[in-house]
Amino acid sequence: MVEKVVVAENLSVLLGRRKVLEDISFTVMRGQLTGVIGPNGAGKTTLLRAILGLVQVESGELNVLGYSKIDLKEVRPKIGYMPQLQSFEKRFPFSVADVVATGLLSPKTLFRRHVNLKKRISQALRSVGMENYILEPFQDLSGGEQQRVLLARSIVRKPELLLLDEPNSGLDFPAQRLFMELLISLKTEENLAVVLVSHDLVSVASFADQLVCINRTMHLHGSPLDVLNSPHLDEAYRCQFDLLSSTIGKERYEN
Amino acid sequence: MSEILAYGFMQRALMAAIFVGLLCSTLSFFVVLKRLSFLGAGISHTALGGIAIGLVLGIDPIITGSVFAVGTAMSTGYISRIGRVGEDTVIGIYYATGMALGIALISSFKGYYPELFALLFGNILSVTVRDLAIMAVVLVFVLLFVILFFKELLAICFDEEMAIAGGLPVNLIYMGLLAAMGLTVIVSIQLVGVVLVAALIVIPGAISFRLSKNYRGMLWLSLLFGLGGSVGGLFISYFFPVPPGAAIVLILAVAFALTMVLKPIFESGHRKTLLDK
Repeated sequence: MVEKVVVAENLSVLLGRRKVLEDISFTVMRGQLTGVIGPNGAGKTTLLRAILGLVQVESGELNVLGYSKIDLKEVRPKIGYMPQLQSFEKRFPFSVADVVATGLLSPKTLFRRHVNLKKRISQALRSVGMENYILEPFQDLSGGEQQRVLLARSIVRKPELLLLDEPNSGLDFPAQRLFMELLISLKTEENLAVVLVSHDLVSVASFADQLVCINRTMHLHGSPLDVLNSPHLDEAYRCQFDLLSSTIGKERYEN
Repeated sequence: MSEILAYGFMQRALMAAIFVGLLCSTLSFFVVLKRLSFLGAGISHTALGGIAIGLVLGIDPIITGSVFAVGTAMSTGYISRIGRVGEDTVIGIYYATGMALGIALISSFKGYYPELFALLFGNILSVTVRDLAIMAVVLVFVLLFVILFFKELLAICFDEEMAIAGGLPVNLIYMGLLAAMGLTVIVSIQLVGVVLVAALIVIPGAISFRLSKNYRGMLWLSLLFGLGGSVGGLFISYFFPVPPGAAIVLILAVAFALTMVLKPIFESGHRKTLLDK
């Protein structure tokens, strides 16, 4: 089993003719939650898309679960992905089970029926505490419950790496907390590597093992406290962070 | 009933209504879920340009119209996907250009085009056996496509980003859906005409979307309303002096209005009953 799940070295990504990411380096280990932070337009989602092999790496190295940047298509079945909330239609006439089943679709399932579909869906929903909602219409769930179902969808293939894009956006504080605690327990039980993109510094810093701060280029990489107390964080966000970082530090160490 | 079906033209019209009802309501399900309603209207109006070319050059207008309809649908998808211009902007441009081309050609080449009125407003009663054969072939192709890619189409309609990440051939399947829409629009024009065809591929799905929280239920309801509307409209036009195309669209519009009015009343009554318990 590969211990280094994602290794990026001097990674640069072009979207069209525009360089969206430049000189990004970090490593994600198995069983570790890595928070990716940065202001709007920093290239956080593009970084996740690069790991999935959905955008082309211009230069540098990117290795995901032992696959190099040119073979990343092959590694997708081993990656669970949870795109941003606005990427799906909230009033879609799907049951909870239908939503989770979409996580099993791949080129291999074209023209074929799923094997052990019900069992795999039930297992994934049990992992996120939503097995009693399996037949409920997805649109009738609260925002927090919908997020847990989407998390079940991203783990239904039993991935080794989980990529989450702003999973807490639009959720109130208790729902965010519940979601993060669930994520931590999943990560521990399954020994998952998790990469979580978030705008919510308090939430991500409270739970992450390491933070990667980017704004088109690499700004910081290290433990949450080191990153949040670094003077370079202000440079990345172009604003003051003193109060915020001390609050997070206090909360983390008091717990 | 048997008296109506004793006429050959009514038998063909009924078959056409069933074929087109099935076609439009199947695609209407995806059109509503993927929010492609404006594209339906855009394809039909752009097809007028192709139809006019056919009429002026003496080629079967269904062939030239099909090329325009499928071309419009697929190029709209392609242009919007490469991200240069939004889908609604592309459709808006095609829509007006196709109509303008049609009007310009028909006005410039003076002649008598009896088919034109039928293509603009539909004339199901003039359907020939050849027309029925074309409809049947399109129906088989569209149903085959939908059956083969049903779960993938649903996944793309629900969350395209996730479908791409899962490695599905999203662009290929989406282009297939657009081509199916183009073909459906062109064969449905005979039933309700260029002007009204968009209603037939939007309203059955819109009604069923309001009535069902389950995609299986939504699909069956869409088929039920699509078939009911097209066959019902045909029979109404037999008894009353209303063109079949207009009757079909009006039936569907009334059904949609009823769901808008009655569903909230039914739901509030249902909630009250549950609370009483």
